[in-house]
Amino acid sequence: MTAGVDLGVPATQAIRSDEDVVRVRQLVRTTAVAVKLSLVDQTKLVTAASELARNTLIYGGGGTAEVVTVEDGRRRGVRIVFADGGPGIPDLDQAFTDGFTTGGGLGLGLSGARRLVDDFDIWTAVGEGTRITVTKWSR
Amino acid sequence: MERVPILKIGDILLVSIQVDMSDQTAIQLQEDLAERIVATGCHGVIIDITALDIVDSFVGRMLSTIASISKVLDAETVVVGMRPAVAITLVELGLSLNGIRTALNVERGMELIAASRSDEWDEADVDEDAETTATS
Repeated sequence: MTAGVDLGVPATQAIRSDEDVVRVRQLVRTTAVAVKLSLVDQTKLVTAASELARNTLIYGGGGTAEVVTVEDGRRRGVRIVFADGGPGIPDLDQAFTDGFTTGGGLGLGLSGARRLVDDFDIWTAVGEGTRITVTKWSR
Repeated sequence: MERVPILKIGDILLVSIQVDMSDQTAIQLQEDLAERIVATGCHGVIIDITALDIVDSFVGRMLSTIASISKVLDAETVVVGMRPAVAITLVELGLSLNGIRTALNVERGMELIAASRSDEWDEADVDEDAETTATS
């Protein structure tokens, strides 16, 4: 679940094209470096962000990524919220199964991204959209 | 859209990915490489990912696809220069990079390709010898 206090002003990146997915990666990388995540944790978070940003574009029909630094008293972290107003996910269990895909990919996006972050929260409603919140904490 | 350059060194095509590729750039590279393999008749492809700070499922799939395409076109693909953090992340993501040969750096990649080509020649020699013996 999502704990911790937001710090500072979130940076928002629109996701409407391939190039925007690249921009999300760069924004997440810069923020992860700023809160001093380890190199492996930076790499994991940026990879997860890349998967989720691509999902937002391909399945959600585009949306936004909001990146903010958070703190829970002991440690700092990076939180990203991916939101789209797309069709939503009808069967979440299926969507989290390794290898399941409706988009012609490898089906590792959602399940893989969840493994790469510390906190993962998903809200989705058919016909309304999907919002995924992920957080990676410093150690 | 940016394009990734492909260099020809002897019998090998060398691709050093220096940009954060968009998905379109990755697909373009796949097509460009297939064309260059056929145009040059090269038997080896080295993809240097030293500069890549992440490999996500899309780029991972692109690497597997390039390896399969070049195999069909009689060329061997070796991916070199993967960073340790990228390797750790790939495994956790669940990507196995099936069918991809890897080496630590370009030099070792070239050795690997040279070795596998000479193995093939050796096998061809053995076949020929066998035929000669059979007919004599």
